[in-house]
Amino acid sequence: MLRRRVIPCLDVANGRVVKGTRFVDLVDEGDPPELAARYADEGADEIVFLDITAAPEGRRTLLDVVERTARRAFIPLTVGGGVRTVRDMRDVLRAGADKVSLNTAAVADPSLVSRCAARFGRQAVVVAIDARRVAGAAPDAADPRWEVLVRGGRDTTTLEAVEWAVRAAELGAGELLVTSIDRDGTQSGYDTALLRAITSRVTVPVIASGGAAAPSDFVAAVRDGGADAVLAASIFHRRIHAIADVKRALQAAGIPVRATQGVAA
Amino acid sequence: MSWAASRAGSGGPRGGLRVAVVDYGAGNLVSIEQGLTFVGADVRIARTPGDLEDAEAVIVPGVGAAAPAMRRLARAGLVDPLLRWIALGKPYLGICLGLQLLFDGSDEDGAATFGVIPGRTVLLEDAPTLPHIGWNQVERRHEHALFAGLADGTDLYFVHSYAGRPDGAGADAITLAETEHGRRFVSAVDRGNVLGVQFHPERSGGAGIRLLGNFARWATALTAGAGAERSPVGAGGTAGSD
Repeated sequence: MLRRRVIPCLDVANGRVVKGTRFVDLVDEGDPPELAARYADEGADEIVFLDITAAPEGRRTLLDVVERTARRAFIPLTVGGGVRTVRDMRDVLRAGADKVSLNTAAVADPSLVSRCAARFGRQAVVVAIDARRVAGAAPDAADPRWEVLVRGGRDTTTLEAVEWAVRAAELGAGELLVTSIDRDGTQSGYDTALLRAITSRVTVPVIASGGAAAPSDFVAAVRDGGADAVLAASIFHRRIHAIADVKRALQAAGIPVRATQGVAA
Repeated sequence: MSWAASRAGSGGPRGGLRVAVVDYGAGNLVSIEQGLTFVGADVRIARTPGDLEDAEAVIVPGVGAAAPAMRRLARAGLVDPLLRWIALGKPYLGICLGLQLLFDGSDEDGAATFGVIPGRTVLLEDAPTLPHIGWNQVERRHEHALFAGLADGTDLYFVHSYAGRPDGAGADAITLAETEHGRRFVSAVDRGNVLGVQFHPERSGGAGIRLLGNFARWATALTAGAGAERSPVGAGGTAGSD
């Protein structure tokens, strides 16, 4: 039976892991390959890198970081941030990533999703969706709506998140990384209504992101939200909870997780 | 192109198994190269028929669809050399798309593939999610050195929507392992010198690294003469050395 995945997310700026609310008050947290290897040892099922500098001059640094990580951690690596063309995607895959996450560029030009899927297979294409509840909609509203934000949550768009999720999957996304911007950094739990609205409409796997605080939040993302994978950053970086704690909670709730085996051969 | 260990100046007496990893532009080769190096193999990324010449084992990795893969392999002049390699009884491992290419053809895009194993590559049936992405249990149908030291049902990493379905009288014998996602599908095949796995050992943590080491030992034994006297390590890997 397919296991639900627990995925630490590393925000990378100028070749270093940083923490803080996504884009402000960045604090240096260390070397990406080092942290990725540590998480792999601790039972991470996958690693996600989000390059939050994504400035043109930073690309070389990112590719180097991706390659050094792929050589340290023998678990899947997804890389996002600043991928705008099929060629960008090729470079990131060639450096050692297994999947590439598209966000702003996919909203700007949805055909990018199809072109990347045609070239590398849909399994390599993740579409990341940053969603925010539309103002005025109460948290328990019968028919909540979410708008899609881009550029790291700074810019609004005219897209509705659930519709965009459905369209992205049709275009060729093999997986969706759904972040609740309302919950991100708040430690108030995942937006399970958002997750459920999307998982009930698509057959591709959905990764839940934004708001994780307690191990029970991860359980809710899977059980109530229907998520196939759960992603978090700060609670792992700050060692508030270990990956093993999260897996224990999932297992106790009857959700299948991978039993970890060390790399020592 | 030189062997990796020679490049690193550690060739010669170390004498790791020389493994050619076929590069036809289908994704990430860093992890497979690193994984094989980790278990002591000398890796060469093979892009031309000449790159296969003094190799002792061949691995065809890859993700994506069959038709573009076949086109690129044909353009590189690699299809016939790979078929010859298989026919000569030399050690061969297909990973993911590399496994699917061993079958007669693929339903994904109608491509005709190697035809080494009777059957077709078909869409996973009744799958609750597609693509099938993540860790899933690999259950053996018979024992093989490839899985030495791994518990039956070990979780390994998958990322695919299609899988090869062996056909005909030999299908049961060829099926080495199965996995369930919706319905059961064949997740590993074994046809003498040809092995294929639908999961990614190079992305499957410690269990995957062990499997790559098992492949290297199995290939070494096969090269030395069907695992006979000259083999330094028993094909079983853990079955006791001497």
